[in-house]
Amino acid sequence: MASTSKDSLPSHLTHQENIDDDLVPGACPESILNPTDSFEEIETEMSTDPEQRHAKLTTKSSTISEIQSEIGEPSKDMKTAKSSDDLKEGMASSPSSSNITEQNGDDVDTDKDEYLQSPELVNKEKHVFILSSAGKPIYSRYGNEDKLAGLCGVIQALVSVVEDHDQDILRSICTKDCKAVFLVKGPLILVAVSKSNESETQLVMQLTYAFNQIVSVLTLTQLNRIFEQRRNYDLRRLLAGAERLIDNLLIFMEKDPAFLLGAVRCLPLPEKARENITNAIISTCNKIRDLVFAILIAGNQLITLVRMKKYTLHPSDIHLLFNLVRSSESFKTAESWTPVCLPKFDATGFLHGHVSYISEDCQACLLLLTVQRDAFYPLSQAKHTIAEKLEKMKCIGAINDALNRSKDLPTTNPLKHIGIPIIRHFMYKCKSTAQLFTSDPISLDRLQDYRIMHKEGGDITVKKIEKLSDIDYVKNYRKFCNQIHCATVPAKFIFRSNCENTILAWITNGFELYVTFDALVEKEQTKKAVDHLLQWIKREENRIFIMNAPTF
Amino acid sequence: MKVIEAKIVVLGSQGVGKTSLVVRYIGKMFSRHISPTIGASFFTCNINLAEARVKLQVWDTAGQERFRSMAPMYYRNANAALLVFDITCRASFAAVKGWVKELQSNAAGPLVLALVGNKADLAAARAVPATDAARYAAALGAPYTETSALRSAASRRGGCGGCGGVGGRGARGAARLEPAHAARRHPAPALLLAAAAGAAGAEVSAGGGRVELPAWSLHTPRADTPRPLCC
Ligand SMILES: Nc1nc2c(ncn2[C@@H]2O[C@H](COP(=O)(O)OP(=O)(O)OP(=O)(O)O)[C@@H](O)[C@H]2O)c(=O)[nH]1
Ligand SMILES: [Mg+2]
Repeated sequence: MASTSKDSLPSHLTHQENIDDDLVPGACPESILNPTDSFEEIETEMSTDPEQRHAKLTTKSSTISEIQSEIGEPSKDMKTAKSSDDLKEGMASSPSSSNITEQNGDDVDTDKDEYLQSPELVNKEKHVFILSSAGKPIYSRYGNEDKLAGLCGVIQALVSVVEDHDQDILRSICTKDCKAVFLVKGPLILVAVSKSNESETQLVMQLTYAFNQIVSVLTLTQLNRIFEQRRNYDLRRLLAGAERLIDNLLIFMEKDPAFLLGAVRCLPLPEKARENITNAIISTCNKIRDLVFAILIAGNQLITLVRMKKYTLHPSDIHLLFNLVRSSESFKTAESWTPVCLPKFDATGFLHGHVSYISEDCQACLLLLTVQRDAFYPLSQAKHTIAEKLEKMKCIGAINDALNRSKDLPTTNPLKHIGIPIIRHFMYKCKSTAQLFTSDPISLDRLQDYRIMHKEGGDITVKKIEKLSDIDYVKNYRKFCNQIHCATVPAKFIFRSNCENTILAWITNGFELYVTFDALVEKEQTKKAVDHLLQWIKREENRIFIMNAPTF
Repeated sequence: MKVIEAKIVVLGSQGVGKTSLVVRYIGKMFSRHISPTIGASFFTCNINLAEARVKLQVWDTAGQERFRSMAPMYYRNANAALLVFDITCRASFAAVKGWVKELQSNAAGPLVLALVGNKADLAAARAVPATDAARYAAALGAPYTETSALRSAASRRGGCGGCGGVGGRGARGAARLEPAHAARRHPAPALLLAAAAGAAGAEVSAGGGRVELPAWSLHTPRADTPRPLCC
């Protein structure tokens, strides 16, 4: 493959490198999202000092308690789902799961080695295994983790040998076509074994997400306490039903560039419509003192987020909420009331969420998150009021138009609207607000398709791709994204042209931009195109992005 | 007319069919693809009794273990608890006993209990003898009914061959409910709420379109049992 790679910044672009905030499409002084890059955190994650990593996990004050004391709530037993008595009782009443593991402990290797060769497991692009630090299987992306006790034992041994013997940390093992990446976090060991083109950092990030998903279900406090009490605890009991969340999260991470960029996608809406929606929420909820966040989402896209003053959400917490809503069909049946822990916001405790769809004919889901576990009824009331207001102001129609990708909207088919034929695909992230926009928004049903595809395989295929899908484009960006976020020698601008396509990756203080052009396009042409593209995004920014940071 | 508010909490292991039953009963929507409940779901429905209008609030809880500790939040203020198990799953019956113990030691006020054995359509795979369940219910002073959310659903769609002849009518004892006939006059939740509201004598009005929502077709012995009344 003829490929030229130039990491140096071309002169014609240099002058733009530190463009004014005013010129950065989507930038605004205050952000609803916490724009801290996950990439930096991942670097500490990958730090080789065990002490340092451990410290990160344990010391953290509770934001939830802070809010409770501010609004004058006695901090009740919010944080902990389980008293230790419950836990013991629970374990006693579940002989089944522990039996299974014990059985597995006995019939060593013979069967299992065969199992490792079974079609369920071989030839997968990426495996993810989660086990306890005692070596007990907790989750496997493919196959039956029960039968993987042997493998988990080996993983545990590898990790602990490096830790105990060398006072070091096992980060990865690479073979010719495969990398295994390890992440030890609290009482868990997470491993990704991948043949994809994802970098070690990207894999660690995914493992961190998987860990956070578990924390989101249990809280870190509970997770730690369980294993302090019983090192051998079979966590699958408590995670029963939550495997689906991890499954789906792993699929999303491979498909949705939001994870790659650590950003949140917004549902493009006319500025006025979004403003009306936001105001409907504020005017209804501003008297509810314990409400921390009101979030309206649809199809993994944010419609609006209203927050308690001082508090913002991290994109990765929003991603977990997206995943929860996407994975829980039951929210469509009725109003729900559920505990949810947002690890970046407060890993030690649960928020309580009133979750409901706005109306039968609108796929927008409203989450009202509070620190008060008895707040269901007032929030239920608030939801109905909000739904009425949205109906009255015709916001439902605007949301549905955007979700159905109505042809009239410029954001439905941006490339056509922008009208630069050499651009095949692009993705743009505004750094100060951690929001992203791509030329081909992933639609609702297509994500469903991915799930079906994934069920059928996840196998490595060598089919020749005729027409690239948005996912293929995003996969191609991984390598560039990795170079741009490289901790040691980060690239600022990459231009690579070959007979298949031309890819440009560019990071400034204000944004990150990845564009795929036709093959063998001249640099001069791409400069013009990029200027034009940025102008278009700038012009549409009020529709594409949330440009304010409303509070109650 | 008097308006009574009553809260019912539905408890039971994961996958026994709590949501299926509630959705069947509330009749707001029929779904064959009910997925596991997350946290708890809140349903309301209004029922007109002879002398009162009842606003029924139903908390359908999640059976998944991780939500277990949230249960007190829902049963604390309830007037009645519907304890559901799956007749094909012994462990789910054992779990009901666990719930009863917990309710007895934790419930704040008087709580009316009712025991429901679901999935009666799977009688061939029955693991909990009806007599055991009935005896246990009787000891609690609770009514015991066997039902099938699925079969009711099928009958609602107007045809279901081959699932008649279901056993488990043998609910004998103090809490016995006559099948079909009694079920129509006293659909379990209505019975519960009547008791809960201290109006135990009240007849659930089955005729005249006064029951606004389809009543729970409990213990319908044959598939062709007419669907209970509806608005
Ligand atoms: N055969 C049969 N299947 C049923 C019946 N009721 C429910 N099911 C099935 O059992 C499964 C679980 O039903 P749910 O209603 O979700 O059970 P649940 O008790 O609400 O489960 P959780 O919400 O996880 O606690 C679903 O696949 C239903 O279709 C029944 O009467 N007969
Ligand atoms: Mg349910």
